[in-house]
Amino acid sequence: MTKRQITMKHFLSAAALALGLLVGGVPAHAEGEGGLLKSGADVRDQASLQRGARLFFNYCVGCHSLKYVRYSRIAEDLGLSEQEVMQNLNFTGARFDDPVISHMPAESAGKWFGKAPPDLSLEVSAKSSDWVYTYLNSFYLDPHSPIGWNNTALPNAAMPFPLWELQGLQTAVMKPGTDEVEKLELSKPGKLTPAQFQQATRDLTSFLEYASEPAALQRHHYGIWVLLFLAFFTLLAAMLKKEYWKDVH
Amino acid sequence: MANVFTSIGDWVNERAPNLAPTYRKHMTEYYAPKNFNLWYYFGSLALVVLINQIVTGIFLTMNYNPSAAGAFDSVQYIMRDVEWGWLIRYMHSTGASLFFVVVFLHMFRGIMYGSYKKPRELVWLLGMLIFLVLMAEAFMGYVLPWGNMSFWGAKVIVSLFGTIPVIGGTLVEWIMGDFLPADATLNRFFALHVIALPIVLLLLVVLHLAALHEVGSNNPDGVEIKKGPKGNRWDALKPTDGIPFHPYYTVKDLVGVGFFLLIAAFIIFFAPTFGGWFLEHDNSIMANNLVTPAEIKPVWYFTPFYAIVRMIPSFAGTAVWGVLAMFGAIAVLFLLPWFDRGQVKSIRYRGTGYKVALGVFVIAFLGLGSVGAGITAEVIPEWFGNVDLTTWENAFGRLMTLLYFGFFAFLWAYTHFGWEKTKPVPDRVTMHD
Repeated sequence: MTKRQITMKHFLSAAALALGLLVGGVPAHAEGEGGLLKSGADVRDQASLQRGARLFFNYCVGCHSLKYVRYSRIAEDLGLSEQEVMQNLNFTGARFDDPVISHMPAESAGKWFGKAPPDLSLEVSAKSSDWVYTYLNSFYLDPHSPIGWNNTALPNAAMPFPLWELQGLQTAVMKPGTDEVEKLELSKPGKLTPAQFQQATRDLTSFLEYASEPAALQRHHYGIWVLLFLAFFTLLAAMLKKEYWKDVH
Repeated sequence: MANVFTSIGDWVNERAPNLAPTYRKHMTEYYAPKNFNLWYYFGSLALVVLINQIVTGIFLTMNYNPSAAGAFDSVQYIMRDVEWGWLIRYMHSTGASLFFVVVFLHMFRGIMYGSYKKPRELVWLLGMLIFLVLMAEAFMGYVLPWGNMSFWGAKVIVSLFGTIPVIGGTLVEWIMGDFLPADATLNRFFALHVIALPIVLLLLVVLHLAALHEVGSNNPDGVEIKKGPKGNRWDALKPTDGIPFHPYYTVKDLVGVGFFLLIAAFIIFFAPTFGGWFLEHDNSIMANNLVTPAEIKPVWYFTPFYAIVRMIPSFAGTAVWGVLAMFGAIAVLFLLPWFDRGQVKSIRYRGTGYKVALGVFVIAFLGLGSVGAGITAEVIPEWFGNVDLTTWENAFGRLMTLLYFGFFAFLWAYTHFGWEKTKPVPDRVTMHD
């Protein structure tokens, strides 16, 4: 199985998803593929984006930047005031119009983790929201890993799990006689219940999906009006054609 | 007010007396057959997409930075900071894919109704040149965002020229201006994409239309309206079954444009990546010569031709045969008017053998596309379990390649030896209301 999913199923589910967005305006629940969990992320849920932003700035920005996203744009798109963003989300002393840059020095980070933490501006575009959601739910304690953590979605990921106090500690149950992970078990509960934690990671995924493409908000906002206009235009054109063609037999 | 327009018109007329007659020749007095069906929308739609690509392209160049260091960032700048930049870019990227959708359908229409046959060979050849330039244009445009798939796609496609014996290696370096796709490559592709090829494309489109208007349009019945009865409501000497292009087909095409824009807008606003088919996930990662994408493959519209390269094995110590076969797949299309010796144009009155062969050709084209897009690589293990993928994929892909070229060989034999049993062709067009 290759990493990129390009089956007809995917194609059809994308079309169905797009159709669903248009017709019902229902949240896009992509069918999880290749063993991925369904994220259920929805960039049009502003409350979810706000919660996701809070999580990102509390737990992620210490290492990861969003170099293409400005604080001011987050305020505008998430319905927050300048004061709210500068007090609750900006911990680096950046100006309101600056992009979100982590203070972690890339060079040292490379030494500490073996790999500098990647910029997450386009993470959802590059993978998928399902992938990010699955990744966030797949960390487990691994005594064999140099950093003590491992991840079933990205084996040997060089990333410690910053949300552990929320989720608790997961440990792996191995398939008998192999070093393959069969499933993950919550061996020590965290501050959140499993359902709450899933919602939290869903919020975080929504926020990263928004960060990947802020234009998605505008697309959804204007799209329906453009389609309605074009439907009206096409109707007029069809009536005009009928009128002109009356005498062609 | 009317007087002002009349006097301006007179003023122009006096100085350019051929302008009004030229307009009449191509619009109000260009008599097109009255029986065009759905398939005849795609020519005007291709023109609409071409204009869209040029206009949105102009606005993209205002903020795009054609350098290896700045290209990727500048695309994100367009997507986030430029007012309506996201819409302009999605119109351009969606337009690129839809261009190929309408051009493939337009070409299929031409094949189905025998529009390439005498006296329209020149129209067909110019159209094929447009297709060729369009492929070069699309390939170079795909490299410009400088994502990782841009980079690796460019590397793979340019490397095809490396299979040419003796000069291959030097040629590849010459094309890229470096040992890998790099700043120099991006700069020249940008120049070719935004100015050189569009000029050639526009010239060819003008010639394509001029050649068409010399001989007149074909139609779904494949009968020549110029050879039919003369005299219509507008002109006693013009074909009875012809109607003025303007206003009849301009208003009709307007309906087609409306439907087309509905589909295009739906994609642009609700599925701009089209599930990774129009904009690929790996292109959200900046070009990186150290990180190879899990699977390198071209955008969907190149997949049938790419599959042919992959399916032809190396032979006599060189892999050039695959590349030759790929170019051959396009060359045989150029030569279609000479492979097909049949006198009957439209599929409506052609023999059963032709109808079957055309169906097989479509299956071969889609089959090759699914090999090139990696669909077979996923479907074969799913359907047939634990089989040797390479063997099965090669068997399927080579069969499809054989059928693709077989269509042309069959068509020649079928018509050359008089095996085709055609139906009687009517004297005049049949209206299908």
